[in-house]
Amino acid sequence: MDWPVISQNLPAFGQGLVMCLKLLVISLATGFVLSVPLAIARISAHRALAWPVWAFTYVVRGTPLLVQVFIVYYGLAQFQAVRESIAWPLLREAWFCAWLAFSINTTAYTTEIFAGALKATPAGEVEAARAYGLSGWTLYRRILLPSALRRALPQYGNEVVGLMHATSIASTVTLVDVTRVARDVYANHLLPVEAFATAAVIYFALTFLMVGGFKVLEHRFLRHLKPQQAVQR
Amino acid sequence: MLHGYGPAILGGLWVTLSAAGLSLAVACLFGLAGAAAKLSGARGLRWLAEAYTTVIRGLPDLVLMLLIFYGGQIALNALAQRQGWDYIDVPPFAAGVLTLGFIYGAYLTETFRGAILAVPAGQTEAALAYGMRRWQVWRRIVLPQMVRHAIPGFANNWLVMVKATALVSIIGLDDMVHRANLASAATREPFTFFMLIAVIYLSITTLSLAALAWLERRYSLGVRKVSF
Repeated sequence: MDWPVISQNLPAFGQGLVMCLKLLVISLATGFVLSVPLAIARISAHRALAWPVWAFTYVVRGTPLLVQVFIVYYGLAQFQAVRESIAWPLLREAWFCAWLAFSINTTAYTTEIFAGALKATPAGEVEAARAYGLSGWTLYRRILLPSALRRALPQYGNEVVGLMHATSIASTVTLVDVTRVARDVYANHLLPVEAFATAAVIYFALTFLMVGGFKVLEHRFLRHLKPQQAVQR
Repeated sequence: MLHGYGPAILGGLWVTLSAAGLSLAVACLFGLAGAAAKLSGARGLRWLAEAYTTVIRGLPDLVLMLLIFYGGQIALNALAQRQGWDYIDVPPFAAGVLTLGFIYGAYLTETFRGAILAVPAGQTEAALAYGMRRWQVWRRIVLPQMVRHAIPGFANNWLVMVKATALVSIIGLDDMVHRANLASAATREPFTFFMLIAVIYLSITTLSLAALAWLERRYSLGVRKVSF
């Protein structure tokens, strides 16, 4: 065991953590913004709307994230049209490709989660809303989305933690995240246990914090679904 | 179009499938042991199983793989040195299978635990009352009935695990992803090869889902469906 090497490299691990969190936040934000409209399309009665979204989530969820990252980062460069397009300065960047691949991936999973939550809306809620004269956009904004997004919270928490773990794949496309730092420390000093255990502790602490954070959110937003307790006198 | 790399990729598919299949078998062993430990009366066992599932599920697969593969190699060779054996080179295939099995065993522990709890306790009691031994109760009563409850979670884990085999290419497994990497480096056509293996993974998913639907029908034969 050689821990001084690890303490020397702690600043590098810190920078890796920042990279991991940056990737996580921008991918999550993109995924959330895209998933809400896609989930609404996914449960739509119009086949032409629902079917493409179903196909999108099926394909993305049926293939490994690693392969998706490789297709975006290495694959797209195969085409001259891509290399000459205005997007090339961005598509050449590893962080952009990682963001793109992670966003597409989490959008697919989150869309299914939100769609499932929307489908689980009690029919009576919709009937009552219609009886009050709400329809279309207002119905979604005031009734369906607030309750569905709350109901989706536990599963969404799992997806957030899953995506945080998945950011370790960014280390395969030259991005220096926590995993990459650990792999570099391993390569330079041949200390696999110390290097990867440090990364593991960082990821575990993040998982712990996020799970705790979502517990707090669930307590706050799902209070109405808790069983009622008898009033003590 | 594939510049003659088609057979190599298909050979890689075989590696991927056998790694996934063997990992699933290992994961089932860990999962059953974990579930049994979680449901056992011994507090030490319960605590151990709880630590196992919490730690494994709190870490990225890739980091665990690197830790177990490289760390395990060093630990094994430290042991070998002390015993005076030769240097042991852990083959990536065995390491990958054991690591994946160990990781997904933690997920299957939860699946199996839930499935066992879903079998009504009265059935176990009745079987015990008939004078069956513990393992007879387990084999004749609990196991056949828990399968039905375990299928959805089990299938889900299988689908995730097939995709996780892609990560084993990073520690040197010569699977589809690894071969696609080599082929795209040689031909400078990465899109073609990575798309090809994406399509193959998608076919595995599709076939697995079809098999799952069949299995679910098969194991739910005796269960009445509610029609609304």
